[in-house]
Amino acid sequence: MTGNMLLEIAGLTKAYPGVVANDGVGFSVGPGEVHALLGENGAGKSTLVKMIYGLVKPDSGTMHLMGAPYTPAEPRAARASGVAMVFQHFSLFEALNVAENVALGMENPPPMGQLSARIREISAAYGLPLDPARLVGDLSAGERQRVEIIRCLLQDPKLLIMDEPTSVLTPQEVDILFNTLRKLSAEGTAILYISHKLEEIRSLCDRATILRGGKVVATCTPREKSARELAELMVGGEFTATDRAGRTLGHTIFEVKGLDLPPMSQFGPALKQVSLQLRAGEVLGIGGVAGNGQEELLATLSGERVSASGTVLLHGQDIATLGPNERRRLGLQAAPEERLGHAAVPDMSLTENTLLTGTVRRPLTRKGFLDMKAAKLFAEEIIRVFDVRTPGPHVAARALSGGNLQKYVIGREVLQYPEVLIVNQPTWGVDAAAAAAIRQALLDLAGKGAAVIVISQDLDELMEIADQFCALNEGRLSAPRPTEGLSIDEIGLMLGGAHGMQEVAV
Amino acid sequence: MITLIKRPTPSKGWSYATPVVAVLATMVAGGLLFAALGKNPVEAIRVIFWDPLFGANAAYFRSQLLVKAAPLILIASGLAVGFRAGIWNIGAEGQYIIGAICGAAVALSVYPAESAWLFPAMVIAGALGGLLWGMIPALLKTLFGTSEILVSLMLVYVAQNLLAYVAFGPLKNPQGYGFPGSRNLQQYPSAHNPELIAGTGAHWGVMAAIVAVIALYILMHRHIAGFRIRVAGEAPRAARFAGVVPARLVVFCLGLSGALAGLAGLFEVSGPSGQITDSFNAGYGFTAIIVAFLGRLHPLGILLAGLLMALTYIGGDMAQLILQLPAAAIQVFQGMLLFFLLGFDVLTNYRIRIGGARA
Repeated sequence: MTGNMLLEIAGLTKAYPGVVANDGVGFSVGPGEVHALLGENGAGKSTLVKMIYGLVKPDSGTMHLMGAPYTPAEPRAARASGVAMVFQHFSLFEALNVAENVALGMENPPPMGQLSARIREISAAYGLPLDPARLVGDLSAGERQRVEIIRCLLQDPKLLIMDEPTSVLTPQEVDILFNTLRKLSAEGTAILYISHKLEEIRSLCDRATILRGGKVVATCTPREKSARELAELMVGGEFTATDRAGRTLGHTIFEVKGLDLPPMSQFGPALKQVSLQLRAGEVLGIGGVAGNGQEELLATLSGERVSASGTVLLHGQDIATLGPNERRRLGLQAAPEERLGHAAVPDMSLTENTLLTGTVRRPLTRKGFLDMKAAKLFAEEIIRVFDVRTPGPHVAARALSGGNLQKYVIGREVLQYPEVLIVNQPTWGVDAAAAAAIRQALLDLAGKGAAVIVISQDLDELMEIADQFCALNEGRLSAPRPTEGLSIDEIGLMLGGAHGMQEVAV
Repeated sequence: MITLIKRPTPSKGWSYATPVVAVLATMVAGGLLFAALGKNPVEAIRVIFWDPLFGANAAYFRSQLLVKAAPLILIASGLAVGFRAGIWNIGAEGQYIIGAICGAAVALSVYPAESAWLFPAMVIAGALGGLLWGMIPALLKTLFGTSEILVSLMLVYVAQNLLAYVAFGPLKNPQGYGFPGSRNLQQYPSAHNPELIAGTGAHWGVMAAIVAVIALYILMHRHIAGFRIRVAGEAPRAARFAGVVPARLVVFCLGLSGALAGLAGLFEVSGPSGQITDSFNAGYGFTAIIVAFLGRLHPLGILLAGLLMALTYIGGDMAQLILQLPAAAIQVFQGMLLFFLLGFDVLTNYRIRIGGARA
């Protein structure tokens, strides 16, 4: 055992019923090292860091922190030992201000005035501008993440774990974050960086541990590998690029004109003067950080929310005041972001879940009476065509993994052969192979002459499949730009840059 | 140390087994209660569950069984639709009263004219009365966002006061020698809801309850409308995605359950009860809530649960009479049933592990 490592892990194993999440995992992180944990969804990254952060107890294996045995029983113990973590999903109260939220996460919070001063001091020192008095509900996703990071930095951690931190950031915000992380690393704080974004890891990380199927398959220096090599290590095979050839654009079939809508929730954004046009066979990518009106836009286009007449047109027909089923009848289908509870009913079987959207364009009912045999056949067709891994159509939706349920949801809409399909975050939390299959299915649908709107935070995904790119920022949709020749910097500016926050000189 | 572990899929077996386990647990706990009151628990349970069906005088009690079960089943069928959708009508008792008043008022307003159309008109009036009483919480909810639970419940007490008012006032029997209460509809042939098959207790309300159970099954398990109602209860956002308009659903569910409760009230006032009095309502509207849940909100379950609750009513009366058990003890006994049912329900979604707690 080398004494100069900060964190050493050996033979860590954790099994859940039916799956070994981590199988003899071992790696080490030195002081000040930025170490990447790279792997597909389901490779075991989350379980691994949960064990390090004391949320999950390993079945076997050892962990050493600064040479001493390290067995955190709970996150509080981990924090006391100098391990901090920023989660992918924030745990913040929107109705409280920044300082109050930070205080809630501390064991012994100092008086508010003192805490606010500390927050200002740290945010200035690390180039993460943040006003302690602002309400969290008014902050952008990037700013909310800063609250979480500052909450960690107040504990003066030796190891900072970050779970997919850039998924909610604009490219400019990513730059700010990376500068902060580099500064932390220079001061000796080690960073365990979880991601499946290869370019980020190549630019930021000193070393990478690659997980596949719960096992460590490689440890490497990411700068010395190409993104393709890393991807192949991660997926364990050749990487197939999506095929976007063979499409011809027709005339405009779907149009949104000057759409204004009030917010759906207290801190939600309003839609302001949204306009777009879509031709048959075209894929329109709408980028933007979540919470800028994506959900609102999808709800409005799918018919869950109606808008002023004349604002949404399909084949020139005004559909703005029609409900979801009337729009489906006319050929417009949608797949919302939230799979459980919105796109599918968690406790209902896959067969029953076909009835949610499939009764209009598929003969799943006769005069309103359910034809469960037809529904089962449709569910089986989705499972077969979209390679949904499940014991059968009788299984409850909640029992499927995120990726498999997403394939099911997309499959259910695509196999109804809509003329316009709107999807929100179609590959969020989906492993690389499944994501590629979903993207290809969307392209194939467009190839058959459908118009497709893909709302996504994953800019690489939009560049890969979209013909036109728009940015959705604070409820406003930018003018479309052809994706060919569009640079990441230009996209970043379209997304609102770093939300008006200038990087502080560090 | 006992740990609850969430099941990946709800257990089918437990969802059918819990009502049975709950009934057994109620018998045990109820037996302990009766023993604490100084009664022989085995005898008390026998008096409540066995004697009404198979003891002496069982022939009379068996007909009472249908008489008591019919309103419970009719009301519970309507409530089950709303409960599935997550719309909580707690005021069926009030809708039951208003249905009875409206139906009786139609008959008493034309008394003593005889016509074959009178009874159907009363049925319509009864259903309409319950429906309109149910519309009050529905409209307040859709227009102002009030809680249908509170509004429907409070309207029960309004209905009770209305009942007292009409029993002493407008509907009072002019030939009743000053006694409160209306004319007895059992003595008004056109308005009477008679026993259709002698000795069974089966009146038109029993027929309506059977039709309601069948209709409930078809709606909830065979029709797309029922599917959407179920989705609305389990995942409201998914329901909107499937095209459900929440306001319309609220109106439909409260209207339907109100109408069925009103019907139950009408059949009661024109049949077994016969007249409007200030103590006409017997708590069917509240007990039906227990029936709906005990029956898993499923038509067949509601049918069985309604019969079971009717049995505890009759058996409870007998236990009061024969064993001098206090009425409150019988109500506690009925309440235990719901308590144990909800308690054991945990097992549908969770497994219990006893022993070492490992994360």
